[in-house]
Amino acid sequence: MSTAEPTGLRRLASELTPTAIVCLAVIALAAFIAIFAPVIAPYDEGTILTNESFASPGNGMLLGSDYLGRDIASRLGFGIRTTLSVALSISVIAFLIGSALGFFAAIMGGWTDTLVSRTIDALISFPAIMIALIVVSSLGSSFLVLIVTVAIIDSTRVFRVARALGMDIVVQDYIEAARVRGEGIWWIIWHELLPNALGPLAAEFGIRFTYAILFVSALSFLGLGVQPPHSDLGLMVKENMQGLLYGSFSPLYPALAIAMVTVSTNILVDWYLKSTGASLPEEL
Amino acid sequence: MNLVTLIAKRLLIGLGILLVVSLLVFVGTEILPGDVANAILGQGATPELLANVRERLGLNDPAYIRYFRWLAGMLTGDFGTSLVNGRPISEQLGERVYNTALLAGTTAAIAVPLAVCLGLICALKPNGLVDRMISTLSLTLISVPDFLVGIVLVSIFAVTLGWLPAIANLRPGADIATIARVLVLPVTALVFTVLAHMVRMTRTSILGVLASPATEMAILKGVPRTRILLVHALPNAIAPIINVIALNMAYLISGIVVIETMFNFSGLGRLAVQAVATRDIPVVQLTAMIFCTVYVLLNLLADIVSIAANPRLRYPK
Repeated sequence: MSTAEPTGLRRLASELTPTAIVCLAVIALAAFIAIFAPVIAPYDEGTILTNESFASPGNGMLLGSDYLGRDIASRLGFGIRTTLSVALSISVIAFLIGSALGFFAAIMGGWTDTLVSRTIDALISFPAIMIALIVVSSLGSSFLVLIVTVAIIDSTRVFRVARALGMDIVVQDYIEAARVRGEGIWWIIWHELLPNALGPLAAEFGIRFTYAILFVSALSFLGLGVQPPHSDLGLMVKENMQGLLYGSFSPLYPALAIAMVTVSTNILVDWYLKSTGASLPEEL
Repeated sequence: MNLVTLIAKRLLIGLGILLVVSLLVFVGTEILPGDVANAILGQGATPELLANVRERLGLNDPAYIRYFRWLAGMLTGDFGTSLVNGRPISEQLGERVYNTALLAGTTAAIAVPLAVCLGLICALKPNGLVDRMISTLSLTLISVPDFLVGIVLVSIFAVTLGWLPAIANLRPGADIATIARVLVLPVTALVFTVLAHMVRMTRTSILGVLASPATEMAILKGVPRTRILLVHALPNAIAPIINVIALNMAYLISGIVVIETMFNFSGLGRLAVQAVATRDIPVVQLTAMIFCTVYVLLNLLADIVSIAANPRLRYPK
């Protein structure tokens, strides 16, 4: 495996289209801002610099001020940092839960599979936003509640993808061989299922990551996600919505920042699927 | 299995799902015991007052009794009292339901035919110029947050041009022209949020049908492409398309919550958000139940229509 990987990546790199390069650059830029926000931001995210709400750009403020007179450009940097780190944590947790359960259900089959699948079906029969509203209404919203709730909602989709991918793999001869050798369930999942499902799973990770960004931003926009004094991009949109009425485009910047990352990720996933010839299971 | 038994079975499953949903909504909102009494009294809660309110609301009863009482209330139209204003929830419910139904109905009436048409146009020449344009555009729209479309629409049509109101305030008794003016921006924003998924899925399901041997036969016979699409493929694709539409009502639900909040639209979605923010638990429970019920019913409807439209599904393997 370890010798095959670099050539695979090199082949992928040779198929980069101009669009894919632009998308990669946007994501790299966003990641850079997220990591170095405290270093590169001209001001702290909470510093009130002017008494003027929605001040026009100038006076050292690149994009003007927000409704409290804070520097929008600096807050944008910190917002990207919060949004991306929350979304990344969600996606990683969702993948750990979802793919482990999905592969487990696929390899066990029988009543284990039925039990896990039906439980997931019950969760899916809720609109996701309603699960989030119910949890937030009883537990309140903190980073922990937010990340765990959205990760669990997201893991249901990962589960379905992982299970469908696993179902195609468990019928292969090498799984049979591993079983006959007497390997354990988790050994087979780690050494046989995971490597063979890695391509589509990587694509699914991109899709789940954009979903997490959009979902958390929507919750924050509703005032039910990230709570002040912390801020993410969705909350920035909410806080500055009234600025639109005064002719300030302040809510547009965070919304566009979200869109840049999510659109780039989705286009990249599309390109990745096309150039590797991999496909995600349908009918999900 | 005949059609009626199969549909009856689906209805029973749907009913079972609704029961599970109601249980989860109830447990989910009542994880913190005694919170309702605390929430009503707030800072001025003395132990005697708390005990009094708990007694009056029946909070001392075991959880399962409270659950059945709540469920019976839901079924008989007794939705309880709002903790915030102390008035029966049913008072404000009618107007909210009507407004949201108007918003969602108008959106669906525009988005569904539009999506099917665009999906058909894409499938007419897959990978042609028009298909690639629509596909790229819809992929972009899928990836964009719901509120971005709203912000762009408001900044163009409400702020810059001043043609339409930025706040969708529907007063009871407004005439049709006013209602239409108020609805244009929220409906447009919602159409954008649900359209993209529907177009992509319609395209996929029609292309799936077009790949069948029957279609190949039609091509070999020399049937024109448009006729194959409309007469041969479309009827077979109706079941998957209806499924797609039902699935997308889920996006419509989260879209409605966001767009109603954005436009200060007095509907169910905004009511749910306000209730969560003020911890008005009976209202959270009721709105969550309404949204979940609609969602389950739509999925059920989609199931039944697919079974009716596709005889093969009547004989499960």
